[in-house]
Amino acid sequence: MFRYSIVLLAALAGVVAAPVASRPVAPQAATAAPMVHISNFTFGPQALKVKVGQTVTWVNDDDIPHTVMSGSKLFKSKVLDTGDTFSFTFTKAGAYPYFCSLHPHMTGKVLVSA
Amino acid sequence: MDLFDKSTDRRDALRCMAWAGTGALWAMSGGVASSTMLGGSGAGANAVPSFTFLQLSDSHVGFAKPANPDARATYREAVSKVIAMPEKPDFIIHTGDITQLSRDDEFDDADQILKETGIQTFHVPGEHDMLDEGNGKAFLARYGNGSKGAGWFSFDHKGVHFVGLVNVADLKPGGAGRLGAEQIGWLAKDLAGHASSTPIVIFAHIPLWMLYAEWGWGTDDAAQALTHLRRFGSVTILNGHIHQIAQKVEGNMIFHTARSTAFPQPMPGTAPSPGPQVVPAGQLRGLLGITEATFKRGEHQIALVDTMLSV
Repeated sequence: MFRYSIVLLAALAGVVAAPVASRPVAPQAATAAPMVHISNFTFGPQALKVKVGQTVTWVNDDDIPHTVMSGSKLFKSKVLDTGDTFSFTFTKAGAYPYFCSLHPHMTGKVLVSA
Repeated sequence: MDLFDKSTDRRDALRCMAWAGTGALWAMSGGVASSTMLGGSGAGANAVPSFTFLQLSDSHVGFAKPANPDARATYREAVSKVIAMPEKPDFIIHTGDITQLSRDDEFDDADQILKETGIQTFHVPGEHDMLDEGNGKAFLARYGNGSKGAGWFSFDHKGVHFVGLVNVADLKPGGAGRLGAEQIGWLAKDLAGHASSTPIVIFAHIPLWMLYAEWGWGTDDAAQALTHLRRFGSVTILNGHIHQIAQKVEGNMIFHTARSTAFPQPMPGTAPSPGPQVVPAGQLRGLLGITEATFKRGEHQIALVDTMLSV
């Protein structure tokens, strides 16, 4: 009976351990690829926080083309059709507001910290 | 009369639109401008002879998504309706979004389809026609001959003054459609030489009234442009962009938006976004259409008839 319990505990531990073992991949993915999804005519997240040197990728999930254009013209995508992406690497700290030049009521910002 | 704005209850608006969808005649300006004209222009005013012109809008040639797998085919159907008209329109105005992505092949196909009518066509761009590397240079190279700025122009036809405006160029963050000071200044000068009894038709892509700010369905500086139109006895403003019929009357000004020939969009606020509305295939052509405008002899008022593709 005692032995059986230990086997059971070990089995449970194995179940719990499995996802733990695969975990090292997750933080890497999160830091390596900050993403903004364009969906339902909105940028999500509306305000994205990244570190200096990180590359932000926008992807258009809508059935309508959009663009990503910074207020200061620092970055400007070509037209993004469904599934198209645009990336920009931020090299200085600061707040970078941007909008869609086709649907200018769509706005977002990237907050870059050192 | 006001068939959209004062129908604050959306179900009322829907009913009106359903009624429009049956092809009913919109004698929109009946009684609106008549008293002004009788008093303002007198019996000796220049009579406008009878003529019709046609509005096509939002053909989105190149669009091939679930809301309409083939926007070229539905544009062809719209054009075949024009060709079949018993009375040939004097000309066609296209109120923008000719293409989906401003690609050369999309413009080529759109031109090829429209050419079948053999009818002169005037174009103003939609935001989808400004997506080339030159931000609208491709549009201007094709349709901009004789136009100013981003493609605005005017012409006279049988006593009616027509003005094509551009409210999709150089848009500003957080805003909606925009005409800009240069274009509004040009409009003021363009209108200055015309008697107040001259019927005016203005056409532009995005509605020239703030129909739904949350979706950017309006033009931020339209009020400044409309100031120069208030003295005229009959002003008709024809727009597209929202892919459905909406209209209102303000003084002597009639505002009307045309259906798309490509895909429907939701009623304001009835969906998470203004994106293409997917409807059962059998219903699509009941939501697409064209607009015919008629001036009747001796009257300075316009009658607009919206016809569905499926009729």
